[in-house]
Amino acid sequence: MSRGIAAWGAYLPRRRLVRAAAAEALAWRAPSGARARGERAYANWDEDSITLAVEAARDALGSRDRGAIDGVTLASTTLPFADRSNAGLVADALSLRDAVRTVDATGSQRAGTGALIDALASAPGRSTLVLAADRRATRAGSAEELAYGDGAAALLVADDGLAAEYLGSHSATAELVDHFRASDAAADYVLEERWVRTVGHLGLVPPAVATLLARLGLVAGDVRHFACPLPPASLRTVAKTIGCAEAAVVEPLDERCGHAGAAQPLLLLGAALERAAAGDLIVVVGFGQGVDVLALRATGAGARPARGVAGALAAGIADRAYVRFLAQSGALEMDWGLRAERDNRTAQSAYFRRHRDVTGFVGGRCRQCGTVQYPRAGSCVNPDCRALGAQDEVPLAGLAGTVKTFTEDWLAFTPSPPLAYGNVALAGGGNVFIEFCDVEPGELAVGAAVRFVFRIKDLDRLRDTRRYFWKATPVRH
Amino acid sequence: MATGIRDKVAILGMGCSRFGERWEASADDLMLEAFGEAVADAGIERDQIEAGWLGVFYQEQSTSKSGLPLSMALRLPNVPVTRVENLCATGTEALRGAAYAVAAGAVDIALAMGVEKLKDTGFGGLPERTKGTFEDQWQPGFTPPGAFAQLAAAYAARHGVPIDTLRRAMAHVSCKSHANALDHPKAHLRFPITTEQVLAAPTIAYPLGVLDCCGVSDGAACAIVTTPEIARRLGKRELVTIKALQLAPSNGVEMGHASWDGSHTLTTRIAAARAYREAGIRDPRAELDLIEVHDCFSITELVLMEDLGLSDAGRAPADILDGRYDRDGAIPCQSDGGLKCFGHPVGASGLRMSYEIYSQLLGRAGSRQLRTPALGLAQNLGGIPNRNVASVAIFGLAASH
Repeated sequence: MSRGIAAWGAYLPRRRLVRAAAAEALAWRAPSGARARGERAYANWDEDSITLAVEAARDALGSRDRGAIDGVTLASTTLPFADRSNAGLVADALSLRDAVRTVDATGSQRAGTGALIDALASAPGRSTLVLAADRRATRAGSAEELAYGDGAAALLVADDGLAAEYLGSHSATAELVDHFRASDAAADYVLEERWVRTVGHLGLVPPAVATLLARLGLVAGDVRHFACPLPPASLRTVAKTIGCAEAAVVEPLDERCGHAGAAQPLLLLGAALERAAAGDLIVVVGFGQGVDVLALRATGAGARPARGVAGALAAGIADRAYVRFLAQSGALEMDWGLRAERDNRTAQSAYFRRHRDVTGFVGGRCRQCGTVQYPRAGSCVNPDCRALGAQDEVPLAGLAGTVKTFTEDWLAFTPSPPLAYGNVALAGGGNVFIEFCDVEPGELAVGAAVRFVFRIKDLDRLRDTRRYFWKATPVRH
Repeated sequence: MATGIRDKVAILGMGCSRFGERWEASADDLMLEAFGEAVADAGIERDQIEAGWLGVFYQEQSTSKSGLPLSMALRLPNVPVTRVENLCATGTEALRGAAYAVAAGAVDIALAMGVEKLKDTGFGGLPERTKGTFEDQWQPGFTPPGAFAQLAAAYAARHGVPIDTLRRAMAHVSCKSHANALDHPKAHLRFPITTEQVLAAPTIAYPLGVLDCCGVSDGAACAIVTTPEIARRLGKRELVTIKALQLAPSNGVEMGHASWDGSHTLTTRIAAARAYREAGIRDPRAELDLIEVHDCFSITELVLMEDLGLSDAGRAPADILDGRYDRDGAIPCQSDGGLKCFGHPVGASGLRMSYEIYSQLLGRAGSRQLRTPALGLAQNLGGIPNRNVASVAIFGLAASH
């Protein structure tokens, strides 16, 4: 019985920092930086590795039955919680069934490929959602700030309806510290790139790939898609050393969105799947204190995502506001005024009573009149019904919405002013009072179409935690 | 079948503190200031008050919980004091408690006090507050201007009014109230403004600029109520009686159901219909001589003209620009400057509005006095357009004996 990838999805934050604009702002200290090319995706203040992963997962799953999913692994080196199930939160946001196994995978840039190999190599019969996401913190003015990006990829590993069949994998561990970040550190400490390129990339990756290909009875010339998350400066040389055709190298995303850490190999795999024909051999590499190599064969079948990597790349907006990037990424501590002092302590017992409603955005449907409503209540909101009694659960996250009222509020506290919010009518009835996100000033209008996305609702700085809810964002064509 | 409290309760005396940034005054000081005026106006001794209702919204900011702040500030003789809170309808809610006690015959004389001490927060606007353990987890972190600003976009869309036209009508609302407040020595904001200034003011929450927003003020106002019979026995010749006192809270429809379009305040329409019925008013446009409405923001006053049945649907901007609600118009609105300029110490506002109606009906309004008014309305909207409490109180001159 074969195992493989049944679906994939991707998500990149909307804002793309124009590197030249950042370099220009930093030219006073590094005049040579002005040559910086391309853009990097950066998360809004209300996005973290959990929300990025949720959006990638939603892209992969589409309208697929989520009841068939047995497990979720979230791979990231930037998990918001050190001791609270991050994958569990993702599973709740996706409204997966309770009997689901959730695992957080972390510790290196190979967390994503490692989680994928584990899922692919496991016994048949289980359907596992492998998610990789990173929101990479960097210091202002660092090279990493421009090189890195934020993003997430999702892969559904299953036995049926495969887009790619798993052939095998090879892993090697090497205590080569090209960069590191202590558990409580704000940003990476990075070593000289020439050493990393020669001893790390060139020294470790080609032998690992050769080992796997030999074991599978394949040769480098068979590789149609080489998905390898190394910097462009290393990638061509590594591919040439292996013997991969130049056309087989999946275009690195560095200039389009930056390097999204543990998610990068999986994003490249998504890009490979989007261009692969039936029968194509795909090789995926993970690099970080060692090497993971996976081989897959495209089937030409399987479900294609609505957005995918190509869609995620295309959905960006160029942003030249370097100071906004610093403020959103946390590298710059802004003064948000006295209104930011409001305490946002979460009553966890109240949260647990309604966690499905809040995290999963589950509303109620009246058993008498069928009216959909949020929040679910013990009495119907329809003025012509008002029936007392329990309501059936109804998932709202996937519904289309229409702006009924809105404002852009410059007085309210938000790390991304103005705070936009209003009433949104739900397709099929119902109304929700909700925050808007990723909105440009002047973009909202009564009657505009919106969809819902999973975001951080409040940061609790006093207790170093956060809570999540859904927000409405414009549907853009 | 109960018929309400029309003419069963008379106002014996009223008082109102100066509103504004009262850096020198505490909530106790403000209550004493209002009470001193009211008790002198009533012509009674403090100890003749048999029960009190205290309206305060931000107890954590202004006073503390319970009826104690009123009982202690006035050193009342241990009579029952109840603290009430119903968002911005709090002051009217306090009056409702006192009036119902009198109407029920439970007491002869009762006191309604509303107070708010807002200017100790350290920042402009209203203080931040939590909404409840569950609501905080999903409701957006709105501010009052942002919540009310939404009426504008929805109204413009609903009635096909260009936003610029709507903004000019809204600006007229603000200019009119500034002009009126010039004639009230107790008002907070006493300076004239122009439409151009309103339109050019910095945006607070689109499309509201800072001059579309009411003052954030300290203040207190109170009423001493009794029966018309007792008032006459106490020597009152001209009597102002309560014609109607109605309250309508949201039940969730606006926030949760598709039927509300966001362009009006549903509860005001319900409270107004009930109040007109209680007061026996058939044609409010012809019968009302003056009104005080909850003009927390210019757009609120605009939509309220329709919600109270005084302008036809979609006609409020034109009626406002025509001067229908100016002091020399058909139905003067906010003759004292309203929330906009008299100020908005939340718990006091309903009673401050009642104080203006009372003053006008008794011919005590000085340079702002309207010609022989006989019937006035005070309306509050507590909360935000999609979740609120509306109150409508109607006062009139009792038939003389």
